[in-house]
Amino acid sequence: MADIFRIGNCAGFSGDRVDAPGPVVDTLIEQGGPAALFFETLGERTVALAQLEKRRDPTRGYEPMLERLLEPILLRCAAHGIPIIGNFGAANPPGAAQVIARLARRLGMPDLKIGVVHGDDVRDRLDIGRHAVYEADTGLDMGGGEVVSANAYLSAQPMVEALRAGAQVVVTGRTGDPSLALAPLIHHFGWAADDWARLAIGATAGHLLECGAQITGGYYYDPGYKDIPDPANIGFPIAEVHADGRLFITKALRTGGLVNEQVVKEQLLYEIHDPGHYITPDVTLDFSGVTVRQAGPDRVEVSGFRGGPAPRTIKATVCFDGGWLGEGEISYAGPNCLARARAAARVLLQRLDIRKLDVEARVDLIGVASVHAGDAGAMWRDAAPGAAQDIRVRLAVSARTQDDADQAAREVLAMYCCGPAGGGGVRWRTTPRIRTRSYLMQPSDLAPGCTVRSAVEIAP
Amino acid sequence: MNMNHQDTPVSVPLHRVAHGRAGDKGNRLNVSIMPYHPAAYPVLAAQLTEARVLALYAHRGATRVVRHDLPLLPAFNFVIDDVLEGGVNGSLNLDGHGKSNSFILLGMQVQVPLKFVHDPDAPR
Repeated sequence: MADIFRIGNCAGFSGDRVDAPGPVVDTLIEQGGPAALFFETLGERTVALAQLEKRRDPTRGYEPMLERLLEPILLRCAAHGIPIIGNFGAANPPGAAQVIARLARRLGMPDLKIGVVHGDDVRDRLDIGRHAVYEADTGLDMGGGEVVSANAYLSAQPMVEALRAGAQVVVTGRTGDPSLALAPLIHHFGWAADDWARLAIGATAGHLLECGAQITGGYYYDPGYKDIPDPANIGFPIAEVHADGRLFITKALRTGGLVNEQVVKEQLLYEIHDPGHYITPDVTLDFSGVTVRQAGPDRVEVSGFRGGPAPRTIKATVCFDGGWLGEGEISYAGPNCLARARAAARVLLQRLDIRKLDVEARVDLIGVASVHAGDAGAMWRDAAPGAAQDIRVRLAVSARTQDDADQAAREVLAMYCCGPAGGGGVRWRTTPRIRTRSYLMQPSDLAPGCTVRSAVEIAP
Repeated sequence: MNMNHQDTPVSVPLHRVAHGRAGDKGNRLNVSIMPYHPAAYPVLAAQLTEARVLALYAHRGATRVVRHDLPLLPAFNFVIDDVLEGGVNGSLNLDGHGKSNSFILLGMQVQVPLKFVHDPDAPR
């Protein structure tokens, strides 16, 4: 009997399409055989934003769409023995477990077993002066802000423990993203924690799937060059792992999007630096010999990846209070709009000086020069006449205080009456900022683990 | 994909010859580049040098570019330091992640035989 394990991904970030899970679960059930589902909803700074939310309300700080994501599928997954794994616990995994437990009870599943992984929050264990800074971050200025969150990237092992204890849903905070997919594979196939070649299969599958639709046509679609079917209904991905080590990427049936060699290559290298040395908490991956092969419609085989020993240190990302972002926007369109927009931009920068606001500023002329432009503003200053006929001027500032950020952003509002002719559509806002820096900790600095309890025990 | 099998050298944006994707970690950006036609790989390898790519991102404050070659895929992976002007959490750019930044590199002019140019219905 062919031993095949399928893993579906139902979210690639916090904010992903909430109707993604249904078709993935339909497909896993239809195809039969052992399977698991995972959600990756915890970007590098999402945990800090969640921590800020938890400060305001101690019952929150988990993925805000959690209930909306799980409600349509929880019953079916439990009925078909498909465990659900997610880092949707964010800054508050026990809080997320409460939500899931209440949902399970409401759906008539008081016995649903929910595992909660702990130990990623290292605020009490991290000594910033003692730990080495992760190399890509040595140049970042932390501005002396207070620590908001500090989370270590846990391995798959605590999740495996939870699955062994019968968990049907596993809630985590920070783990290695690929570890979310690796855990059910270790549990199913019984791979050893130092079987690098096999762990590499699961970690590669996890890496390819962790951004959801990015491997099924999302962030890929480029009309005329890379077209995809039905982009409004992109199917989320499913990895098929064979006991002999073969790995295929497919997607939910009867959905849009595609799985072809091009999109798999794009995702293989996504957020990768040295392809010969991609570190996950469980195994170090070597993608330098990877090849991809279209093995059928929406089906690509990935092979040639290798695994080496897991790193000796554990990466922990620390988020610091980073002051405030202030933003204001105003539009100019029609004849001479470039001149009017440029004049508005110059006046706004002058106003910040006149007001003596303690801010760092940048201006964009959206429609002329924005996301590709540098902070210095050469692109909008030098834009050719007639570069655009509908321009949005954006002022962005960083400030230590919310008041300075707000006062700077309100200078855009004042442009209604004081600025160049025909300015309209002002929006302004302030947002708290988070700065992140990663450090390398020792395994002995951490004490990860899990608890597994039934819904009725968690939410009596 | 329509391939025109001619050897005439033409100057086109890289976007007509290859596709790619940007990813970020901290203040470090990576941009992958994959030719539509595998045979274009050595032609691009000669032109997509670390120095040229660094110059392309200089206005964003890039300090270093390292190119990793994956001839089996085939693909290039460019790792670009300090281009995010503070990273996702410190940047004042609308696109603090740098997710749109693959299209800076894809806008670079390259000289390739016409047969390597991906030619959609409405070329520009």
